[in-house]
Amino acid sequence: MKHLLGIESLNRDQIMQILETAVSFEEINQRQIKKVPTLKGISVINFFAEPSTRTRMSFEVAEKRLSADTYNIAVAGSAITKGETLADTALNLQAMAPDCLVIRHAVSGTPHMLAQIMNCSVINAGDGFHEHPTQALLDAYTIKKRKGRLDGLKVALIGDIAHSRVARSNIHLLTKTGSQVVLAGPATMIPRGVEKLGVTVTYDPKEAVKEADVVMMLRIQEERESGLMYPDRREYARFFCLDEKLLSLARPDAIVMHPGPANRGVEIEDDIMDGDRSVILEQVANGVAVRMAVLYLLLGGSNA
Amino acid sequence: MKRKGLRITKVVMNAEEMEKTINRMVHEIIERVGAKKNVAIVGIRTRGVPLAERIIRKIAEIEKINISSGTIDIALYRDDFFKSLASPEVGPSNLNFDVDNAHIVLVDDVAYTGRTVRAAIDALMDYGRPASIMYAALIDRGHRELPIQPDFVGKSVQTTENEAVAVYLAETDGEDKVVIGEK
Repeated sequence: MKHLLGIESLNRDQIMQILETAVSFEEINQRQIKKVPTLKGISVINFFAEPSTRTRMSFEVAEKRLSADTYNIAVAGSAITKGETLADTALNLQAMAPDCLVIRHAVSGTPHMLAQIMNCSVINAGDGFHEHPTQALLDAYTIKKRKGRLDGLKVALIGDIAHSRVARSNIHLLTKTGSQVVLAGPATMIPRGVEKLGVTVTYDPKEAVKEADVVMMLRIQEERESGLMYPDRREYARFFCLDEKLLSLARPDAIVMHPGPANRGVEIEDDIMDGDRSVILEQVANGVAVRMAVLYLLLGGSNA
Repeated sequence: MKRKGLRITKVVMNAEEMEKTINRMVHEIIERVGAKKNVAIVGIRTRGVPLAERIIRKIAEIEKINISSGTIDIALYRDDFFKSLASPEVGPSNLNFDVDNAHIVLVDDVAYTGRTVRAAIDALMDYGRPASIMYAALIDRGHRELPIQPDFVGKSVQTTENEAVAVYLAETDGEDKVVIGEK
């Protein structure tokens, strides 16, 4: 494996290998000295052309804990604002001989295009509303850690499915590993034909949450024009916000997940988000270990 | 049981000899560290781990001293990381004792180039500052590439670089023996 562009192109064994490797890296994050020399001398460029706190920070933490040299570029401070095309920017970066490019971009398929024109490894850190593979991997890692398995679980994915790259990557991953995925959201936010990916669709969140092992809430992606697809936040919250009453339909040991950033009171109530069934901050902690595993597997040995 | 790709030419240690050898190593270790506090025996994954467990069990039978145990994985500390064929499989390290000021005996099955124990020492240092680190190997086959020698050796064996030494342990391989073979 040289690139990580999406979950769709991975098979079950590759997914499980990443999740199993991450277990060893979790231990490093609990040490007093949280650093190993594994990627010494490796250069990683983090290019985030869209806002990000969690993912950008998580990648940088993962890279630094593996002793890689990291370089960060934001669009605001780059030559793209002077009219340079992304492809030209990429070729110029390549001239400085990096080993890996971590890219987030608002346009779906950008990492795939860059993987074709660059020699280094490319990791997709979220492309438009296409995929966000490391998020799905850390979600799966969190589920597996809490539930002990990934097969035979009922996972409810609720919210703006159409604009969510997190949903798409999670659907690919969870269906490959044998979970039952049920989607719920306003009809305008569920892409037509999504059942072909092997999921069940309902427009009633109660039906999705019923007997679920995992309830994953998604944010309304207002930056992707989904504002046009629902009347207002209050109206949305009335039907789709995860509160105590809705969650009571899930299995008693169900866990609540959210990829963040969350809008409290819109898709998830305060007391659920901060409650003891929420694993939202665990997802963030696990994200570092999972990204370390991905970097290790892509950049190590003959793959480098 | 046969290890992959190895044509066995000579058995250099059988089960009975291995038992005796480990017993002798245990007595040597007790002599060195028996009076000390904060002693830990740490196995280097994978075959150093069952060897370390045996040593701890035997020490506990002979002496009433409290010894900590641990395992260490060196995959992330290898110096051939970018030369090896693929990313080596990493396993978790497990050191459930305070490494600071501990007297640590690293246990491995075969002492060869010295690169494995070099990596293990680096890994230990990331957990703290041990009072001392010692090195025990069941077999010393020579051909060191680094200036690191074992403090406790079960048996020294003459080998050529083309030969391979394989340690079989009941815990991992179903029987106790050490063989030399051609790769």
